[in-house]
Amino acid sequence: MDMSTPMGRGPKLKLVMVGNGMAGVRTLEELLKLAPELYDITVFGAEPHPNYNRILLSPVLAGEQTVDDIILNPLDWYADNGITLHMGKKIVKIDRVKRLVIADDGTEAAYDRLLIATGSNPFILPVPGKDLPGVISFRDIADVDAMIRAASTYRHAVVIGGGLLGLEAANGLMKRGMGVSVVHIAPWLMERQLDEPAARLLQKSLEEKGMKFLLQKQTAELVAGADGRVASIRFKDGSEVPADLVVMAVGIRPNSELAESAGIHCNRGIVVTDTLQTVTDPRIYSIGECAAHRGVAYGLVAPLFEQAKVCANHLAHYGIARYEGSVTSTKLKVTGIDLFSAGDFMGGEGTESILYSDPLGGVYKKLVIKDNKLVGGVMYGDTVDGAWYFSLLRDGKDITELRDHLMFGQDHCGNLGHQGINKAAAMTDDMEVCGCNGVCKGDIVKAIREKGLFTLEDVRKHTKASSSCGSCTGLVEQILAVTAGGDYSAAPKKKSVCGCTDHTHEEVRAAIRERKFLSIPQVMQAMEWRTPNGCASCRPALNYYLISTWPGEAEDDPQSRFINERAHANIQKDGTYSVIPRMWGGQTTPAELKRIAIVAEKYNIPTVKVTGGQRIDLLGVKKEDLPKVWADLDMPSGHAYGKALRTVKTCVGSEWCRFGTQDSTQMGIELEKVFFKMWAPHKVKLAVSGCPRNCAEVAIKDVGVIGVDSGWEIYIGGNGGIKTEVAQFLIKVKTAEEVLEYSGAFLQLYREEARYLDRTVHYLERVGLDYVKKKILDDPEGRRALYERLLFALSVEKDPWVERAKEGKHQHEFETVVA
Amino acid sequence: MNQWIDILDVNDIPRLGARVVRHESLAIAVFRNAEDEIFALEDRCPHKGGPLSQGIVHGRKVTCPLHGWNIELEGGCAVAPDVGCAREFPIRIEDGRVWLDLAAVTREAA
Repeated sequence: MDMSTPMGRGPKLKLVMVGNGMAGVRTLEELLKLAPELYDITVFGAEPHPNYNRILLSPVLAGEQTVDDIILNPLDWYADNGITLHMGKKIVKIDRVKRLVIADDGTEAAYDRLLIATGSNPFILPVPGKDLPGVISFRDIADVDAMIRAASTYRHAVVIGGGLLGLEAANGLMKRGMGVSVVHIAPWLMERQLDEPAARLLQKSLEEKGMKFLLQKQTAELVAGADGRVASIRFKDGSEVPADLVVMAVGIRPNSELAESAGIHCNRGIVVTDTLQTVTDPRIYSIGECAAHRGVAYGLVAPLFEQAKVCANHLAHYGIARYEGSVTSTKLKVTGIDLFSAGDFMGGEGTESILYSDPLGGVYKKLVIKDNKLVGGVMYGDTVDGAWYFSLLRDGKDITELRDHLMFGQDHCGNLGHQGINKAAAMTDDMEVCGCNGVCKGDIVKAIREKGLFTLEDVRKHTKASSSCGSCTGLVEQILAVTAGGDYSAAPKKKSVCGCTDHTHEEVRAAIRERKFLSIPQVMQAMEWRTPNGCASCRPALNYYLISTWPGEAEDDPQSRFINERAHANIQKDGTYSVIPRMWGGQTTPAELKRIAIVAEKYNIPTVKVTGGQRIDLLGVKKEDLPKVWADLDMPSGHAYGKALRTVKTCVGSEWCRFGTQDSTQMGIELEKVFFKMWAPHKVKLAVSGCPRNCAEVAIKDVGVIGVDSGWEIYIGGNGGIKTEVAQFLIKVKTAEEVLEYSGAFLQLYREEARYLDRTVHYLERVGLDYVKKKILDDPEGRRALYERLLFALSVEKDPWVERAKEGKHQHEFETVVA
Repeated sequence: MNQWIDILDVNDIPRLGARVVRHESLAIAVFRNAEDEIFALEDRCPHKGGPLSQGIVHGRKVTCPLHGWNIELEGGCAVAPDVGCAREFPIRIEDGRVWLDLAAVTREAA
């Protein structure tokens, strides 16, 4: 087969898409981003509408939104992108030999590539009366119109199917004023997403809204009335209820009829590969609810959009992306009902469950755990932590250490972010969602509506909400669910360093070590970076990995350092810098204080402030003045800006304090002098207290040391920032030398293994305390080797302030040109 | 009318870096990328006024040091979804020297 193609010259390739729904059109959008000129695109849609958000049919039915609100791509979009759109034409035949498709009205279109995105069909129960007037399904705008019309004339609606779709239909019809009964064959509602207790709570609150339920009922027949329209529904047990509108919502079937008729292999959907090509014909792709990938036909937005990306990538001839399947979660879109479920929520052999049940308060939560990992969960009434649980589940994280607090959510696991609000729906538009970036609910809703956002990533990019500390992620996801109706969960994937590469941090580090790369261009070339020289995310990471792996050998590239580490001072919002002279262990002398005072006056430094780390901050220094300021101070600056050793905070200790048991100040000075100039994946803060009263607050430091009568206790992985985390006890040692060796070994382990921009707490969370103990406590040789490697790395680092203030290094950095 | 003035040598600017050129109260960031292309933008990010000259240069973009906006070196506009532009100034390269059109600088400032 001739798969060679003209690229950017000659006639364009022809791409035909059958189906005009969300997954297919998203593929076109992704494709246009990658290769706008590659194809002439033709789209056939059976419905007389442009692409709309099918998930939001429920709110349209409920009268909360209109059809216009849910249009995703107006006709202009097709025209602007040169796409030929045939609406209301159903493709009835694919001629794979002549490579063309034929519509029911005779329209033909030839293709070089064909994308089948025909979605799914509702499953219709094969019972007598299924074709009567008044019997419909809930799938498209026409169905919704029929339901809205029926609601204005008729009174008794019966929805067959108590799953997600059925309940949303029932809720909508009820809001339209109809009396609604839901018939369900299983013993409880939504049995594929809920366990029985959660389903009972759901049923109770829906009953309070006026919905009726007929559980464990099997439909035998739909009975016509005198006018020929459906009038009642009869069950296998002989009972009968009146019904002048019957909505069948018992499930969907992949719509693979067309593909099957063209001889394309189907098995519960059109069977596709990891590049979304059909296994039968590589010119033909399939995506969305009609496609079966590794035996699964997905019906949720997030996995389908993930597929769209991969499919577009392949259509654009990039061919580097693979779709490897997704884990999904569910939310019910019935206003006022909060429900979340994911994974194996029923549990079973080999699993254990943690339960929280408050029937009166209407809250129920169940978490299913297997082998110390969260494998499933169901929540009713309070779902704000759903996203957090889902990410634990997806990442397969070991939850041993979280277990005691797991049920109470992320806020109880040390996240100080901001608390108090956990119901997005109850918020007004002017209420703040993201405290870090000052983003209100209204901003997010507006961006979702106007820009057509679907995923958390989209919202982060456009609004910056949830992009900093992440504590509002749950809220943002709720807003997304309410506004876009999307299930917002991203498909699982390994986390690449950035968009310039598919390699993970670990892969890059391993390659640098094993292949002895010594410069950034070397890494980028060997590992096939997609961009010529990376971006502001990967370059600083690569630079750190290189210099920490090959100290003294790898080039330290100043242009790949953030400005603070390039200029060796801390940039402020007005573009001036701050200088924080190092005060070892927080101790200073009258001579140093005098010099600081003289410098502050001489260079008109506007603000002099005592920092939280027991030092003095000179704020508002002009960049040109930096080398002179450093020279006059004649003190090393404090790395107060860098991903490096910051401060070693100390209390006064046994030299003066009547309670002190150890000389904590001296210990702090020693630690700071030994670890000075240490670059790290992120900032590193230490503290030493002279007794367990702990005045130096060591519990929130990366390494904290507490003096006790018989020696020193070492704690690791504390954090006082966005995520307050209490440090964990590592070991008790006797001597100051041991404090240095154990602390240094831990810091070196962190330097060698943590991802760039992970604090020690994140690193510890990932590898676990036991692992660190094994490396540091159980392996004395390994510990000493780690410490030696740290000392070696430090021995080749020069004092950057001496170099710049006295040796004239990088003068261009500090000089401006006058024109 | 153009008023071309010789401001600095291409080699005075570090590759994947920038130099600041001052004209009266105006700060101009002159960038050099890996391909030795030179660009001149007002040294003010359209977001919150951050000094673009202090950012990380990659490809034909610079990332602002304050909040990480990406700005196109050619044209000075922010990469979507962010919106806004920094002023761009005409330059030309002759024998390894960078020349700036001062007339354009003062005209636009007026």
